[in-house]
Amino acid sequence: MHEVQYKLVRCTINGRAVEKMIDVRASLTDMLRNDYSLNSVKKGCEVGECGACNVLIDGECFNSCIYLAIWADGKNIRTLEGLLGPNGELSDIQQAFVDEAAVQCGFCTPGFIMTAVEILESGKEYTRDELRKLLSGHLCRCTGYENILNAVEKTMKKRLGKA
Amino acid sequence: MYDIKALYEAKSVAHASELLLQHPEAKIIAGGSDVLIQMREGKLAGATLVSIYGLDELRGITMEEDGTIRIGSLTSFSHITKNPIIQQHVNVLGEAVDMVGGPQIRNIGTIGGNTCNGVTSADSGSTLVAYDAIVELTGAEGKRLVPIREFYIKAGKVDLRPGEIETAILIKKESYEGYKGHYIKYAMRNAMDIATCGCSANVKLSEDKKTILDARLAYGVAGPVPMRAPSAEAAAKGKPVSEETVNAFAKAALADINPRTSWRATKEFRLHLAEELARRALKEAIRQSGGDM
Repeated sequence: MHEVQYKLVRCTINGRAVEKMIDVRASLTDMLRNDYSLNSVKKGCEVGECGACNVLIDGECFNSCIYLAIWADGKNIRTLEGLLGPNGELSDIQQAFVDEAAVQCGFCTPGFIMTAVEILESGKEYTRDELRKLLSGHLCRCTGYENILNAVEKTMKKRLGKA
Repeated sequence: MYDIKALYEAKSVAHASELLLQHPEAKIIAGGSDVLIQMREGKLAGATLVSIYGLDELRGITMEEDGTIRIGSLTSFSHITKNPIIQQHVNVLGEAVDMVGGPQIRNIGTIGGNTCNGVTSADSGSTLVAYDAIVELTGAEGKRLVPIREFYIKAGKVDLRPGEIETAILIKKESYEGYKGHYIKYAMRNAMDIATCGCSANVKLSEDKKTILDARLAYGVAGPVPMRAPSAEAAAKGKPVSEETVNAFAKAALADINPRTSWRATKEFRLHLAEELARRALKEAIRQSGGDM
């Protein structure tokens, strides 16, 4: 056995400045789940194909399973947990997933919603085809894609005052 | 947890060279969307890594005084697609890298990694080869500029010497000025797939848009590395803009390429694709240049 290497990782997670010594072998998924109990970040394929571990880093979506935890140093990270209001209220996009029955088993949901957040925060209006492409980095094994698209599209239109 | 033996983080390009010379067995990790997956698969299990991901000085796209477009090697695919310099001068490159994997992969994947892994299916590869891009490598002894066609040695092998990292991709003004290009990726899915065949064509038309002054064609997955099709280019250069020229161009490409049969597709299918994609890509490039097609 060789010696385990650690690095101090200071970052902001869901608005809170945090720091911890992290094993350099950890993925960001490992860190968020094991060190910060953010269990919305799912371990799916662990090779960057399914999108279940997707989080926002400095406003852009990344599969945290193929992102080394040490790279998070100095970054602003947001997970699904950060979308809740102060009393646990659901955000508009989360509510839309409920309303549109876009959740079946729920495993892919946090990843999809975090990509939806990046889409919504761009402030742009996308066509359905464009939304398909923007959401294409996620797999839903219940295959409920239509409702997921509906939820994202409706929230986008609402936020743009077009629905 | 990844099966990483040891990991060293480079603080500067010079530091990266130092680390690589100190640990000759180490693999360079940029965005990690190849390295970490190979580690998971077991191919790179137990490897020592030198991470260059933190080198922000290698990110971004600039226009140099002489009109050369400089793309920092760690620039992500999504940043290339969104960049105004790319959109204005080599839009086809932004379109090509917008077909890599899915959105999250395009945020982590870098153009440096896409070229240094020496993979023929790399979506940036054919377009960079078609535009005579130059690879800037920096090592302990300084900088080295290598035309991308010479940079690719064989499948999975590029001209990267001990202690060197790729620091930029350069596209000279004469390589892009007046050209319009189009890239077609043929794959089984629209997202999260690897090209069965990739084809990048670009043209420069005469002022009256009736003659092809220059045409360039390059492929991914038509041989062990991204490659140009000089016979096709010769068949179109100086010829009138017409169906006949486009067909001759596409047919001639078959003399230049050497695709193989893999689990993804047969050689015969790839040859068929190569001809058809060349035809479509050139037509679209002509259209974008204002030609009547």
